[in-house]
Amino acid sequence: MGIIEKIAGPLVVANGMMGSNMYDVVKVGKLKLIGEIIQLKKEKAVIQVYEDTGGLRPGETVVSTGLPLAVELAPGILGKIYDGVQRPLDSIEKISGSFIGRGIDVAPLDKKKKWKFVAQIKKGARVSEGAILGFVQETQLLKHYIMVPKGISGTVEKIKEGNFTIEDEVAVVKSNGKMVSLNMIQKRSVRTPGEYKSKFASAEPLVTGQRVVDTFFPVAMGGTAALPGPFGSGKTVHQHQLAKFSNADIVLYVGCGERGNEMTEVLVEFPELLDPKTNRPLMERTVLIANTSNMPVAAREASIYTGITIAEYFRDMGYNIALMADSTSRWAEAMREMSARLEEMPGEEAYPAYLPKRLAEFYERAGKVESLNDKIGSITIIGAVSPAGGDISEPVSQGTLRVTKTFWALDASLANSRHFPSINWLNSYSLYLNALNEWYVKNIGESFPDNRKTAMTLLQREGELKDIVQLVGADALPDAERIVLEVGRIIREDFLRQNAYDFVDAFTGMEKQKKMLELILYFGTRANDAVKVGVPSDKIVTMKIRADISRMKEWKEEDVASASKKLKGEIDSAFDALIKEEAISARN
Amino acid sequence: MKFEIEYKTIESVAGPLVVVKNVRNASYNEIVRINMANGESRLGQVLETGSGYAVVQVFGATSGMNIDKTSVTFLGDTFRYGVSEDMFGRIFDGQGRPIDVKASVKYEEKFDVNGEPINPVSRAMPSDFIETGISSIDGLITLVRGQKLPIFSASGLPHNELTAQIAKQATVKGSESFAVVFAAIGITYDDATYFINEFKKAGSLSRTVAFINLADDPSIERILTPRIALTTAEYLAYEKGYHVLVILNDMTNYAEALRELASAREEVPGRRGYPGYMYTDLAGIYERAGIIKGKKGSITQLDVVTMPGDDVTHPIPDLTGYITEGQIFLSRDLANRNIYPPVNPLGSLSRLMNNGIGSGKTREDHRGVADQLYGAYAKAQEAKNLSSVVGAEALSDSDKVLLKFGEDFEKRFLGQGRNEARTIEDTLNIGWDLLSYLKEEDLTRIKRDYIAKYYKKDVKK
Repeated sequence: MGIIEKIAGPLVVANGMMGSNMYDVVKVGKLKLIGEIIQLKKEKAVIQVYEDTGGLRPGETVVSTGLPLAVELAPGILGKIYDGVQRPLDSIEKISGSFIGRGIDVAPLDKKKKWKFVAQIKKGARVSEGAILGFVQETQLLKHYIMVPKGISGTVEKIKEGNFTIEDEVAVVKSNGKMVSLNMIQKRSVRTPGEYKSKFASAEPLVTGQRVVDTFFPVAMGGTAALPGPFGSGKTVHQHQLAKFSNADIVLYVGCGERGNEMTEVLVEFPELLDPKTNRPLMERTVLIANTSNMPVAAREASIYTGITIAEYFRDMGYNIALMADSTSRWAEAMREMSARLEEMPGEEAYPAYLPKRLAEFYERAGKVESLNDKIGSITIIGAVSPAGGDISEPVSQGTLRVTKTFWALDASLANSRHFPSINWLNSYSLYLNALNEWYVKNIGESFPDNRKTAMTLLQREGELKDIVQLVGADALPDAERIVLEVGRIIREDFLRQNAYDFVDAFTGMEKQKKMLELILYFGTRANDAVKVGVPSDKIVTMKIRADISRMKEWKEEDVASASKKLKGEIDSAFDALIKEEAISARN
Repeated sequence: MKFEIEYKTIESVAGPLVVVKNVRNASYNEIVRINMANGESRLGQVLETGSGYAVVQVFGATSGMNIDKTSVTFLGDTFRYGVSEDMFGRIFDGQGRPIDVKASVKYEEKFDVNGEPINPVSRAMPSDFIETGISSIDGLITLVRGQKLPIFSASGLPHNELTAQIAKQATVKGSESFAVVFAAIGITYDDATYFINEFKKAGSLSRTVAFINLADDPSIERILTPRIALTTAEYLAYEKGYHVLVILNDMTNYAEALRELASAREEVPGRRGYPGYMYTDLAGIYERAGIIKGKKGSITQLDVVTMPGDDVTHPIPDLTGYITEGQIFLSRDLANRNIYPPVNPLGSLSRLMNNGIGSGKTREDHRGVADQLYGAYAKAQEAKNLSSVVGAEALSDSDKVLLKFGEDFEKRFLGQGRNEARTIEDTLNIGWDLLSYLKEEDLTRIKRDYIAKYYKKDVKK
């Protein structure tokens, strides 16, 4: 037991702490505020406190729990909303009302509820860490596997079946000559990455229903993506879209130092929205970590680790997890604040020198792996970055870009003209394109990768031409180039732009994406042919059929086949009529 | 249990900081009273405490303090402010003491001025449309109850007029008890008086509580002013059921006080000398807006932020924008062309707009009209740029229409009188007048049904 010697904001120095370990969790003062040891100097421990330290006095006591910061994992975790150190916010509400009180000690999971445990292993089997003992059907769709915790291996001496609370014994394993009773709870230290057998490259994309992502800049299942952008560029909306519509089995949404109302929005919307893949409420596959901007800063630092550790747990069961971290900049700032209070030598923009390392360590916890029990699962990390002034030359953006492979460049000027998602098609990239090529050819269509390339080239060409138009006006361009401008505009406005608030447009399946792109390019091909036979571009860029093309996004998924066939026919007849008209006027 | 212990052991006074030695276990954030030889006293707060010392920030001038005669009393508690409904119609200084020469105010309850974070689980989603009567805001940057929306302005722009106009005109369907908490943070005497007079003229002073920290008042007091104002607002909203509009004017002065304090403490500076924790600190203020499930009232914040050098990437507007739910962006260019209010929709945004609009709240076509007006105005800007290069004559027909749209949009939609309150119907109708300049098939952001219903075919183009 130690005695507080100094308090400055979230930082507390305690004396008489000999025997404590780095990163041990401690209870600070009379209120028993949660803290973590982040520095040891002989008898003294420097502690970051996860709650407001107002009113704390030197002389109060500090008690170490002797354990590192850990999360508690067991059935009942899906659909929960936690703060940065895994305290359920609904339980906190029951104790302290609408405002978050201090020193509240609540269990992360319901310990009274009984779950039906189904054994999948027999007595006498040899098991080691990660082996599956059985499962609980936690939601209609998700089997929550119960795995052997770290440090245990041996023969199963007893295995039960039936209804149990998470604290009840479900198995006994003879490990190193000792009988170990196992319940359904696992504790994992958050700062140590989980173990697995092997990691490999993913050849399958995370399908998100967002056209600019799936068609142009995909992220692999088990990959990493960075989403830097100034405020108002739609980072959070984009993250919400991915959380709602991506085809991951489980979504971990870490609201790290962001707005309270945004978390409320998720809490209000997700239980009502249905997962497009399974038709079950989205909340059933979601775990939320909410440490909003006005909640204590040290817990914000921990929230990212809490999130990724829960993700690893589910990955080990063979699931595909998507983890959204919004925003990693606030996490980095929390690090910066603690570093400044520790009086460490500051690095770039006063961030600690170890910032790039911490960023890299976090993103490296993504990936597709074969877990210790041979199941194959993945974690995809999508990290939002909030660069100061929108300038991505700052350390957090740069540190992130070095370790992520998909870059969605959010653009303030696109956001200002209400082009959402405001992902700039000329600056963004996905380094997964080659690896995913085969998947696209096999599952979407042989011509799909080529169509994407054609569209991308058109957009680049349009970008160059727009510079010229700025100087001389569009009328001065040759007909063929005006077609490039027009098709480029259609791709931008009617394909890349997508309305997150429109029921139909919010999600576009791969088949519809393919057809939309095909038809836009088909319009381009027909337009080029028409120009070649002498139709003036003026007539093409004012064609009425363009309105129907721009309404493709309103097609319902089930109508795509018929609607696209019909539209193709209409494009044909519109051009045929135009060419015929031109031929007649030429003859006269 | 309360201790009040007086110490005569000041070791140093530097800027707003006083270091007291031989202190027995002062608590972090504890409030102290500094008693000076001439009988005056000042309030202060413990910023750092250790065995045998405490660092205190003083909310007031440190002139007149000395090492041997000045004493420091530790009051045994964090800063708690007494609030009551008797505060309506009264004017207080930046530390919450009445300055309108009337008697002191009785308080019903005392609350910690730092507040506690609202549990995200307990928040209700803001979704009640506030009609400000200003087209640019109601139509394009809709304000909803429980939102925090800053006004990004700059010196010389009419943010005071606009803020006062909103405070006077704002109404919500099925009007309930409404209150204004006004905090002047480091603004001039003239500006502060302007607001008080406007409230008087509109007859709304009796539902207003004002806290005034003027430009020449102690700057460290500014750390306290918004917190006291919000503590009062929280009491009125969550204990007494008022819908409170909080005006914090001007947050730039607040942030500068924060920087002053940080540099006095010799902290490692972040961007442009502002402390690294400014984001967290500002969030502690802005996030106090909101609605709580099961409570009647609400807190809506309008925060004035004047951008130094008109620069939106300056740390103060930048960090503010990352916390608040959008921003109302005032443009010098529009102001120079005599457009009032000079709200530039292209830099403005209301993140909660979608929750507060649509049929039953404003009108079914609101979203589409807003998007289309934004889009068309953005294109009009491109046409304008082009015309300044090639000349208006060389523009294509569609660009000419856009140019005309842009001009009329600024004049008729953005521009309005300083006392003119438009209904949302009026606002959307003006929007359709302008959209009808464009071809029907170019209105791709509006549902076809609404085009059929509202598009005006006979508008002269």
